[in-house]
Amino acid sequence: MPKSSPSKPVDELTYEAAFAELETIVAALESEQKSLDESMALYERGQALVKRCSELLDQAELKVKQLSGNELADFEEAE
Amino acid sequence: MQPSLFASVQWTVSSLTKHIRDLLESDAELQDVWVEGEISNLSRPASGHIYFTLKDVGASLKCVMWKMTAARLTLRLQDGMAVAVHGKIGVYEVSGQYQLYADQIRPVGEGALYQEFLRLKALLEAEGLFDAERKRPIPELPKRIGIVTSATGAAIRDMLSAIRRRLPIVEVILAPASVQGDDAPLKLIEAIASLNRLKPPPDVILLARGGGSIEDLWAFNDERVVRAVAASEAPIICGVGHETDFTLSDFAADLRAPTPTAAAELATPITVIELKENLSTLDSQLTTTLLDLLRQQNNSLSSLRDGLRFFSPARRIASNRQRLDDLARRADAGQAHRLALETSRLTGLDKRLEALSPLKVLGRGYAVVTRQKDGVLVHKVAQARDGIRVRVSDGEFDAEVVNRKS
Repeated sequence: MPKSSPSKPVDELTYEAAFAELETIVAALESEQKSLDESMALYERGQALVKRCSELLDQAELKVKQLSGNELADFEEAE
Repeated sequence: MQPSLFASVQWTVSSLTKHIRDLLESDAELQDVWVEGEISNLSRPASGHIYFTLKDVGASLKCVMWKMTAARLTLRLQDGMAVAVHGKIGVYEVSGQYQLYADQIRPVGEGALYQEFLRLKALLEAEGLFDAERKRPIPELPKRIGIVTSATGAAIRDMLSAIRRRLPIVEVILAPASVQGDDAPLKLIEAIASLNRLKPPPDVILLARGGGSIEDLWAFNDERVVRAVAASEAPIICGVGHETDFTLSDFAADLRAPTPTAAAELATPITVIELKENLSTLDSQLTTTLLDLLRQQNNSLSSLRDGLRFFSPARRIASNRQRLDDLARRADAGQAHRLALETSRLTGLDKRLEALSPLKVLGRGYAVVTRQKDGVLVHKVAQARDGIRVRVSDGEFDAEVVNRKS
């Protein structure tokens, strides 16, 4: 994990961001020498990311917008 | 009825022609006509305007297309070609001719359209617009999907339902466009351009339309549309018509889909089900990794502890204690052995001693005689003087010496 970017609260992450961070964490735990404290912290963050991702997947509702000119508006689907 | 020779003249040629012109040009129907015929007398002088006559078996119609419009014409006109021409009827007063001021020309009939299709295809192919090297990969997991199609109709509904079913975490942006008719090409081009202008642009654009006749799908063969597809920044999946319909936009697109639904499916190669699987794989990987790590830590901890124990004073104490115990045990054992040895030696001595004991001899009836005075053993008669003490097996008594003989 790059230390430079302070980690965002998990609830604010998009699916892609959360998943990418999760992959990085697993890779870091697998390959890097970490102190036990650091490893535990990474693990806890990873667990939170897993939770965030599965919530996002479970609750996802397709967002459809309509472009008129250069403006985005909600698209009303015809039944 | 004969007209009067003396009636007054009402018209000049010009005024009459102008009147005719006004009549024709005020007729709304004549200002928006599609007329079909065969091209003849085609000429395209240096001015850039195009002149031709449109005719069928019974009549002919003069046509002109001004330079500005002619420049945008992609169809290559030829004498004898069957075309449909759109424009408005006007009058060219100088020669007193009504004519069609054309603004659009398209080939007519399946055969003619197909010929045009082949001609354009060959042209664009030669330019390399359809080359495989130009095709960009479709992203596996798009965040934003752009759709160019009609806002109403089955195509958008089918695509949205496919995307909703497969990858509902995606964001869809519809750039509505007419997909058939005269304005379709420009609308399609503008829709593609406006999606590409988005920040961020879509990861992939679906260009789609439901099934229809070759004329209905013709906008997707429009050279300008095909070029816009090829030029799009975002990769385009083209799904127009049915399985068997091929348009030039299909060839120019990065990926061709047989139908709009298929286009939506190709844009979402990874579905939410696979995402969940990936997630649970990562989840268990995370836990396994940590457990491994803890196990490792634990192992190195116990080997350290073993090391520590090996060198610890407690162990030395224990080891010394053990040596002490050993020594003690050995000492004990030695002691016992010696004791046994001593005991048996003692017993032996005792026995020997016993055997040598004068008391034993006394038991056999012998007696020990000592002088009372000094307790000296009396070995010889000469020593027997005064009182003597006689010891026998069960005690002693004193006696007087009488009658010494030797």
